[in-house]
Amino acid sequence: MHGLINRSIQCFLRDTYSDLVWLDVVNHAELGFDGFEAMLTYDDDLTVAVLDAAAHRLSRERDSILEDLGTYLVSHPNLESLRRLLRFGGVGFVDFLHSLDELQGRGRLAVPDLDLPRLELNCHAPGHYSLTCQTPHRGFGHVMVGILRVMADDYGALVLLEHHRTGSDVETISIDLLDQQHAEGRHFDLSARRMQ
Amino acid sequence: MDGGMHEPLLGLDDVSAGRLMPMYMCVSPTGHIRKVGPTLTKILGRDGLIGRRFLEVFTLRRPHSVLSTADLMGVSGAQLSLSLREAPHTQFKGIAVLLEGAAGLLFNLSFGISVADAVRTHQLSYADFAPTDLVVEMLFLTEAKTAVMDELKRLNQRLHQAKIAAEDQALTDAVTGLRNRRAMERVLRRILEMRAPFSLMGMDLDYFKQVNDSLGHAAGDFVLDRVGKILTAETRQSDTVARVGGDEFVLIFPGLVQDEKLSSLAHRILARIEEPMAFEGNPCRISASIGTITVAPDDSSAAQVLLANVDRALYRSKQLGRGRVTPFDPTIGAAPAD
Repeated sequence: MHGLINRSIQCFLRDTYSDLVWLDVVNHAELGFDGFEAMLTYDDDLTVAVLDAAAHRLSRERDSILEDLGTYLVSHPNLESLRRLLRFGGVGFVDFLHSLDELQGRGRLAVPDLDLPRLELNCHAPGHYSLTCQTPHRGFGHVMVGILRVMADDYGALVLLEHHRTGSDVETISIDLLDQQHAEGRHFDLSARRMQ
Repeated sequence: MDGGMHEPLLGLDDVSAGRLMPMYMCVSPTGHIRKVGPTLTKILGRDGLIGRRFLEVFTLRRPHSVLSTADLMGVSGAQLSLSLREAPHTQFKGIAVLLEGAAGLLFNLSFGISVADAVRTHQLSYADFAPTDLVVEMLFLTEAKTAVMDELKRLNQRLHQAKIAAEDQALTDAVTGLRNRRAMERVLRRILEMRAPFSLMGMDLDYFKQVNDSLGHAAGDFVLDRVGKILTAETRQSDTVARVGGDEFVLIFPGLVQDEKLSSLAHRILARIEEPMAFEGNPCRISASIGTITVAPDDSSAAQVLLANVDRALYRSKQLGRGRVTPFDPTIGAAPAD
């Protein structure tokens, strides 16, 4: 798994819980090093071990930790750039949903060896969508649920999200858009000054 | 005389034309701007464009020397590079084609490479670009690249610091924090290459083994640490103090070649080492045997010869009863091999 993904799990655990929790996870997962480097690639087993260790340490379901990870990825100030990159998807939440079809390609554009899941949006009726995530890395759909929840908020949309497991490598999220413009969304400048 | 300008463009109404090409512009055969797409209007205001002469508002940089309306009509089909005459001098890329019936030119512009600045300066958003325009992808890529570069920069800094730390560790004696043999040899090699005058001091602790044997290794380490501190305190920043073996030290003094100074320094170190020290209440009495040598710039001796000569002088100190300083002299016999 790419270091960016591993490191985001690490930062999530450190920022949301504590350095101590991360060190416990490191020990329990028997990583053999203190932290991931964002620009290196690691064995997939390490990611699984870290997630299992986190679930054990926090006495929480892996899936709910993954959903919190998704929330963290697009709401923590340290990762403002990620939220911004996603906002390039479109003017409104529906545009954003459609742009998810391109997420894998966009990810690859930025970091060629970053292997994101393939996402596909289907529209069943006005306001009723489903997003299928195709990836061998189980649980990615839960991360997407967390991301979608925050991004809906960011755009000021009111949505109902539900996660289903629909195949061995496929997870589906049903998205019911209750109100496209429920609240004032967060401001977004296409070309902001460089942020730190 | 501006016939055709009120006709629909390519059979499209103005709104559709503007949606297709938000930065289009029609210029009459007289060189006047007649129609403008919505994004250009947003940038310059309707009044800033409609009815004004194209060459008053824009300056063409490619092709250059387009100065008259007649010149302007000739740019049809060419790749254009132009900018606003007035601040903020926004730059555009574009193309112009002749309209049917000699009705003038149709321009379609884009921002080219300066797009990020233009978007910022003119506060543009998605709606200001055609969906076929790759502006948003371009801005996305710019930000993604910046984020990735920042991450790589941080990785490089961490690696660089780790490298410095590892190098420092490789040249440091872990017990005393002094330089080690490798560091000493490196300094010696460099100073010989520079043919700079310097002096060398070799020192063996006396009775150190007794301290180690009677009070244990912790006491031995304590003594070594104390000796290290004394040597550091008695020498200059530019001197090299190295522990090169169990109780063996080598000191290098760049620029110090006066025998009396070297001798008094050696005696001062010796006196301080002989001061009683106590480890957990137990007195540790040690002394040292010292050999010294001064090296003039014209001395072409190899490092190994110099170190061997210092050893000979040091050994003479031991032979003479320890706790003393002996300057090297070629008449001294060779030190026994270790």
